[in-house]
Order: sequence, then C-alpha cells, then structure tokens
Amino acid sequence: MATISIRVNGTQVTREMEDRTLLVHFIREGAGLTGTHVGCDTAQCGACTVHLDGRAVKSCNQLAAQANGGEVRTIEGVANDDGSLHAIQVAFRQHHGLQCGYCTPGMVMSALDLLRLHPTPTEEEIAGHLDGNLCRCTGYYNIVKSIQTAARMMAGA
Amino acid sequence: MFMYSVKHQRASSVAHVCELLAAHPDARPLAGGQSLIAGMKLRLSAPSLLVDLGGLRELTTIQIDAQHVTLGAMVRHAQVAQSEAIRKVIPALASLAKGIGDPMVRNMGTVGGSVANNDPAADYPAAVVALDAVVTTTTREIAADDFFVGMFETALLPGELITAVKFRIPKRAAYLKFKNPASRFAMVGVFVADFGSAVRVAVVGASAGVFRVAEMERALGRRFHAASLDGIEVSSAELLSDLHSQAVYRAHLIAVLAKRAVQSLTESGSKP
Repeated sequence: MATISIRVNGTQVTREMEDRTLLVHFIREGAGLTGTHVGCDTAQCGACTVHLDGRAVKSCNQLAAQANGGEVRTIEGVANDDGSLHAIQVAFRQHHGLQCGYCTPGMVMSALDLLRLHPTPTEEEIAGHLDGNLCRCTGYYNIVKSIQTAARMMAGA
Repeated sequence: MFMYSVKHQRASSVAHVCELLAAHPDARPLAGGQSLIAGMKLRLSAPSLLVDLGGLRELTTIQIDAQHVTLGAMVRHAQVAQSEAIRKVIPALASLAKGIGDPMVRNMGTVGGSVANNDPAADYPAAVVALDAVVTTTTREIAADDFFVGMFETALLPGELITAVKFRIPKRAAYLKFKNPASRFAMVGVFVADFGSAVRVAVVGASAGVFRVAEMERALGRRFHAASLDGIEVSSAELLSDLHSQAVYRAHLIAVLAKRAVQSLTESGSKP
C-alpha cells in the first residue's frame, strides 16, 4: 500500500492504494472521475488518455505511483471554469465527432496535446497524432474534421 | 488483465538503484514502463519490486559533440523526436524515435528501456547497431555488436543498469520500417548508416533480434547506391514466420527497405 497524491484538474487528490494501482484506476476509483475509460488490455486503444505534467499519456499503462506528486488533467478538466465548452468540445459536437462516445475523452485529450505542439496541424499531422487512439464507430473522418475546426477556432479564425 | 501484486519504490539516485537491485534479486528497474507495465498487466512478468527511475534527472540529458550523440537512459522518445539539435546531426535517429508506437507511448518510453528490453520488433536496437553505439552501464561500456545476445536478452548482468547510449554521427543515414498496421511495431526495419570508411546495415523485426547484413555493408561500402544491392538476398531460413508475415516475405521486405533507405540518401541529395 502507498499514499499517492496527484493534483487532478487543479485539485489535490490523496489516496492510499495498492502499489500496483494503475493511474487510470487512481483517476476513476480514487478521484471518482469516470470520464477516462479503460478500453483494452494491451495499451493500444487510447481511451485512457490523460495529460500528465502537460503531456498526453496512456493512464492504463503506468502506475499511479509513477505520477505521484504530478499534475493530471482529464476530460472533466477541459471545459472552461464557468462551465462553457472548450473549443474542442464545441467542434466535436458541431461535427458529430462521436457516436458511442467511448473513445472520445481519449481523442479530445490527444487532440489538445496535438494542438499544443502544432496549433495549425495538417490532416496528416492530425491522423499521425491519433495513432494511439482507436475508434470503432466513426471511421475517424468527423474526428479529424472536429480537430481541424477546433484548431481554427483556437487560432482565432 | 490485472498485474500481480508488486512493490514500487522511487530511486533517489543511480547508486540507490544499484543498492535496491542488489538487495532484491527479483526487482526490475522501471523506466517509461511502456513495455514493462503492459507486460505485467498481461502477467508475462512478475517482479517483486519496481525500482522507479522516473526521478533521476541525471539520466535525462542529451549531449552532442563533433562525433557523437549521447542520450541519457531516461531520455524519452518524444524528446529525441522533437530535438532540432539531433535532427541536425542524425536525422535518421530523430525519425526513428518519431516512429515508435504513438505520441502517448513516446511521451513515456525511453531509449534505455527500449535497449534493455531488446524486443525483436523494437526500433532502437537497429540504431544502436547501425550507428556503432556504445552502451554505458553502471559498471562498464558495452559495444553495440556485443550488446544484443538473444530474444529479449542483452549482455547486461543482473543488477547492471544502462545509464547512457552513445551513437556515432555518420556521414548520412536512414531508417525505414514496414509497420505492422495495428501495433506499429516493425514487421521489418532497416537502418543504413554510411560512415565514409564503412557502411553498417542493421535489421530488426525479422528475426529473434537485430542483425547486420555483411553482404549489403560490403556492397554499399564499394559503391553507396541502391543498384549495389541488386541480387543481394537475405536467407529466409533464420527469419521469423508468424501471423503477421512469412519469413520469405520478411526477406523480401529487407531487400526493398534497404534499397529505399539508400535511395532516400542518394536521390534527393539531402538527408531524409
């Protein structure tokens, strides 16, 4: 057992959990934030994607203990403080970038990671950055469109 | 899917790592965890203790001089992929790192972890061998040609930790890989490095581990041109057949990728 303390979406969350606890389980069961999903058992699907210390990671593929003392941002931390939707969320809604929604939190977190690195990404760059996020419903087309729109919105276009 | 119980401890220094590994024979060092944690979740490995290297800043440096690029063992793939300084001197190394896994894996995965794990389909072993690298550990320096000894097996002794990998800067080099479309691991990856005085060609993904192709190295050493590789075939006898590909096809891919790697360096006139 270990005491893990991680700042999640700006709030310090401190829990005592088994050493083998994955970061995704700390987030879901420790912090009660179930927007981050477990979609596979091979760390391939990306439904568990969150930001750790500013960078996108697969929360199912590391121990919570590795993130001890760090800062995590999940899908629940994306909307603005006043509750209004972030541009990426507006764009996903506008362009029907989700159907069942299971991959969506991961897609959004990866998209934000991409736009941090490449504020005006090409279609190729978008597709490449989503290499680690699988979707079984949409065929990705509207996901890419959503991200292109979000990029334009965030660039002030 | 759930891993067996394990203890986790963050190391405060390299010396601390060595103490812990010596005290616990079933302990494993934990770098980025992108292979180790995944493997533990599938119950493919079950160490008693994970010695977390994540806090060891002294292992995260990138050093470049006239002849070498030295990566600290905990340098993440994303750092190498995004490094303008590395892209300037060994663009093939930056490209190789950029092609590993996906962006999330690259934010965590490390060169030390990849090299120590020696997955037969990993990319870094090709760079280590083709770029005539030296692996520095807590006890010695190991030459590339001596480092990779078998499937998931290296020359590292129990308790020995990689601290850095030092790559020679070539005149020009290229790495091409034929990705498994699902896992993005190398079905075949070929790294060609021209040092002027000699050429080194390293292949991953096709066999139990990385190997050099002496015939290709000699031919390219005489004349660095794709046509020099005409008629050179790697025997499929020692190559891997699995659900992704037959040995014969892997042999074919090696020849194709080697030629394309050389062409990318000769035809455009500039490094890839």
